[in-house]
Amino acid sequence: MLLNIKDLTVAINGKEIIKGLNLQVNKGEVHAIMGPNGSGKSTLAAAITGRDGYEVTKGEIWYKGQNIVGLEADERANMGIFLSFQYPVEIPGVSMTNFMRTALNAQREYRGQPNIPAGEFLKLMEEKKKMVDIHAKLTKRSVNEGFSGGEKKKNEIFQMALLEPTLAILDETDSGLDIDALRTVAKGVNELRSSENGFVVITHYQRLLEYIVPDYVHVLSDGKIVKSGTKNLALDLEEKGYEWLKEEAAV
Amino acid sequence: MSENTDNNILEEVTSGEYKFGFFTDIETDLAPRGLTEDTIRFISAKKEEPEWMLEFRLKAFRHWLTLKVPEWAHLHYPEIDYQDIHYYAAPKKRPQLNSLDEVDPELLDTFKRLGISLDEQKRLSNVAVDAVIDSVSVKTTFQSTLAKKGIIFCSFSDAVKNHPELVKKYMGTVVPYTDNYYAALNSAVFSDGSFCYIPKGVRSPLELSTYFRINAANTGQFERTLIVAEEGGYVSYLEGCTAPQRDENQLHAAIVEIIAMDDAEVKYSTVQNWYPGDKEGKGGVYNFVTKRGLCKGQRSKISWTQVETGSAITWKYPSCVLLGDHAIGEFYSVAVTNHFQQADTGTKMIHIGKNTRSTIISKGISAGKSNNSYRGLVKIMPGATNSRNFSQCDSLLLGSRCGAHTFPFIDTRNHSSIVEHEATTSKISEDQLFYCNQRGIDTEKAIGLIVNGYAKEVLNKLPMEFAVEAQKLLAITLEGSVG
Amino acid sequence: MSMEKDTLQQTQTLDEMLIGQYRQYKELISENDTPHLRQIRENAFQVFEKEGFPHSGTEMWRHTDVDALTEDDYVHELKAPVVTENIEDIFQCDVHDFDTETISMLNGWYTSKTGDLKTMPDGVVVGSISAAMKAYPELFEKHYGKITGSESNGFVQINTAMMQDGVFIWVPDGVKVTKTLQIIKIINRKEQLFVQSRNLIILGKNSELSLMHCDDSVDHQASLVNTVTEFFVDENAHLELYKLQNLNDNSALINSTFIKQMANSTIKTNTLTFNCGLIRNSIHVKLDGQGAHADVLGLYLMDKEQHIDNQIRIDHNVPNCTSNELFKGILDDEASGVFNGYIYVARDAQQTNAYQNNNNIMLKSTATINTMPFLEIYADDVKCSHGATVGQLDQEAMFYIRSRGISADNARMLLLYAFAADIINEISIEPLRQRIDDMVKKRLRGELSVCEKCVLHCGTPDKEYHFDIDLSQI
Repeated sequence: MLLNIKDLTVAINGKEIIKGLNLQVNKGEVHAIMGPNGSGKSTLAAAITGRDGYEVTKGEIWYKGQNIVGLEADERANMGIFLSFQYPVEIPGVSMTNFMRTALNAQREYRGQPNIPAGEFLKLMEEKKKMVDIHAKLTKRSVNEGFSGGEKKKNEIFQMALLEPTLAILDETDSGLDIDALRTVAKGVNELRSSENGFVVITHYQRLLEYIVPDYVHVLSDGKIVKSGTKNLALDLEEKGYEWLKEEAAV
Repeated sequence: MSENTDNNILEEVTSGEYKFGFFTDIETDLAPRGLTEDTIRFISAKKEEPEWMLEFRLKAFRHWLTLKVPEWAHLHYPEIDYQDIHYYAAPKKRPQLNSLDEVDPELLDTFKRLGISLDEQKRLSNVAVDAVIDSVSVKTTFQSTLAKKGIIFCSFSDAVKNHPELVKKYMGTVVPYTDNYYAALNSAVFSDGSFCYIPKGVRSPLELSTYFRINAANTGQFERTLIVAEEGGYVSYLEGCTAPQRDENQLHAAIVEIIAMDDAEVKYSTVQNWYPGDKEGKGGVYNFVTKRGLCKGQRSKISWTQVETGSAITWKYPSCVLLGDHAIGEFYSVAVTNHFQQADTGTKMIHIGKNTRSTIISKGISAGKSNNSYRGLVKIMPGATNSRNFSQCDSLLLGSRCGAHTFPFIDTRNHSSIVEHEATTSKISEDQLFYCNQRGIDTEKAIGLIVNGYAKEVLNKLPMEFAVEAQKLLAITLEGSVG
Repeated sequence: MSMEKDTLQQTQTLDEMLIGQYRQYKELISENDTPHLRQIRENAFQVFEKEGFPHSGTEMWRHTDVDALTEDDYVHELKAPVVTENIEDIFQCDVHDFDTETISMLNGWYTSKTGDLKTMPDGVVVGSISAAMKAYPELFEKHYGKITGSESNGFVQINTAMMQDGVFIWVPDGVKVTKTLQIIKIINRKEQLFVQSRNLIILGKNSELSLMHCDDSVDHQASLVNTVTEFFVDENAHLELYKLQNLNDNSALINSTFIKQMANSTIKTNTLTFNCGLIRNSIHVKLDGQGAHADVLGLYLMDKEQHIDNQIRIDHNVPNCTSNELFKGILDDEASGVFNGYIYVARDAQQTNAYQNNNNIMLKSTATINTMPFLEIYADDVKCSHGATVGQLDQEAMFYIRSRGISADNARMLLLYAFAADIINEISIEPLRQRIDDMVKKRLRGELSVCEKCVLHCGTPDKEYHFDIDLSQI
């Protein structure tokens, strides 16, 4: 099993957001997490990736046979966990090229590999750029600086392609994307899908799931998974909204 | 929890150690401690100087006695006992060398450890180096290549001997010994430095470089640099500084004078990495420097770029006097302070000629318990019609125990001129750190990356060799300060 | 004691004269004092005696020629003259629809027929500070001299040592004053006066006050006015302060304002300087309670050989406060302008948001501007920025306007007015905003003359105002 979350409780400033969540992801699977605003979707992503301020007050997060609760964010990243951010931050003055080379070398260092030679890195970058149809000039610019909403999201997928994670979490990757950009992003993701990695796709809408077809769909509500099913569940949600689930849960 | 992690991070970044704190065991020839007219006669005699030079020194000394230590800077340090300092320290075997083979191997090794081995320099790059260790200029490389073009690049002492007319003509014309306390002190006791003369119409084919290093204990280093670029001349000049780790404070009070005639251009780049003292603020160099360029000719240009990472105390305002019409002055600065370091640095741009332009870009980075101040003056004189200044002074704070201050002075007396000043203060956001962490970059590296990005505008102005060194220095200075 | 004796015609410098006066007339000066106040006076005097007035060598006064001021001859009255007529009957503000409660000060003395201290229907207490210190000793003990703090400059010290009159306003908790209060200070004497006044204004919790503070002179006689005002703005209170300065070219005004703000209080000050020989406005805001906000704004329009010096210091002493500072100036002829903004963010005053800006337009190269926007910051989680510009009118904009057939003069006027409008539009009392707007236009056209009696009377030259106090009778 790639990821096994057991009875996870996460609090921000003492307030519980995730309240006893369980989730298992095997290699080769794509899991979609859907749910209304404020249900804890992004908090889950932050807890898995180890963001400061998201306190795991109970439960465990097992990844590749290790409970990763308490590990630093960079260590988790180097273990192969990747987060595609909902709002990628700008880092002025740091070029994308420099940034990605530093990231890739950090990963290699973690694995005991030597730094990647400059030529090889540039070649690799060119190759991955094509995958997400990212503009050549974008990598010369500072990280996310002056990128449009669509460019930022494509850039996240580009980074994912370069770092080749075993567990990728896509946090609202579809928000703010037009249909063409959405297709490009989905194409990139689909090309990266393999029997060796798993995806957790967090989304509010079913739209993205037409392009990235999930194996499982979970509905998150008030910090818990209230319903799990196949991709058809997403279609039901699209049709009926989230309210019926609450009613069902209340019954 | 988040705050705690933050503090740990800061703890780590701010605990970066000085990596150049080795001491070279070279025999030195020391002047006795203390400063009297006798000390000055001793220095002058040691250097076999002509009478006019001694006279200049004595005049400066007598004036210095009448001055008070300036106290306006945002700096706090114990009073300096000027009688407890050696005012002259030279490597004992005064080198009269013709090739690098004859240079003291230990000295060569020092430079190697500094990452500037003369051999390397010679082979790798187009950089001619004059190395000043403690007070004496040790070796100037590439002299012959330069001589073919008519460029003079030698130690200040050699210039006094071999080009007295040039030294007499220009020395003290940009920074007179009456200028300030430290300038007067330097003028009295300076021991060596570099001299550079670019004849009319000549563009230096090499980047000229001086490395300064304080080696002996309890010494002051008082070097003096004079650069003259005649009409249409061009030179890019690099200055690097290091000092070994010592418990006591060492004094450095230098003067740099630049004169640019019509259409001449001088680029002066500094990477200052004097020993900053330890984590508790013990030791470190007191750095009081007067640097000034005179854009004497029309369309002349002087550009200062500095990366200040060292010294316990930095008091330094590289300035431009824009006298010629259409003259251009530039100041690009990155100043990093950590632990208990204090920096009060900036520039003065004095617009006198018509259509003169100046640009100031200052990036201050404070960490630990340090204080980092930008202090600058932009003065537009009544005759400086259509002049322009743009200043941007940004501060970055790492942690909540440090201080970042901005003290700009703008004095305008011409209504057709435009002066603009902007300043911002920021910190590295948690979002930025997490973003880097999530890509597998640890916090220390992330800070190095973000800080270098923040300073990029200035680092880009440095010549390539220096830019790489400067980037490493920035990261090293802040190493451990956030983890 | 006759007035002649109290009014010393000095032959020494001003500080020497004042030190002499204090020593000789200490009892008279402090006759209304509680022991507490007497001690404050004595302490201030000792500092003044030692340090005197700031001089040209004092760093923060480098750009303002105080030497010429303090070396001049002045008359300093130590006893209030007897006013035979009610000042409120003869002096009226003529801003239409502008209903204010006026408080008048003549040559530094509180002047009112209705008594030295009165309580308005809404509970606000207004009156002379000398009367108030007897009536409200506990308020004085708590606030008086505390807001100036350790501020040490000779003008503040001598004011504290020798103050005898000024305005006292106390807005009790929860009182929202609907009518703007207007302090009108008029200088009108044949001698060259040195006038001190001291104001204490207290806003209780959840209270509101809108205050105008007008400094005017009625003729061309020179004077030196040294005013110190302390404001205490308690939790959730709101203060709006408009300072209007329109004195003659021979006058000098040293104005020191200290404002202490408690949690969630808000203030807005707007300092509008139209005319004066020399003005130094020092405004020191101390944000001492979380969630406080300060808007500190100013506009100065100077010409001839006038000098304006605005020293604005904002201390962010606690977390979560915000401040916004904007001063704009237009300088013509040989006028000189100084601006020193100082934002101080104390250690741990996190989440501070401070903005500071100073913009200047120079119309002639004979004018000078010194601007010094400072930041001193000891906390990292803050947003602080400052900017300063000095320039001329945008030549492209000038050309654009003129290309539409508008004359150069009018184009210039339009642009200057647009430059000043940022500040004028921040005036929230509509009739006052309209009048100031009108005044700025007049000032820019050069129609606002020096000799008019009050900043608010300029628009109605057909209306005559007399100040019929027979000085010989005093």
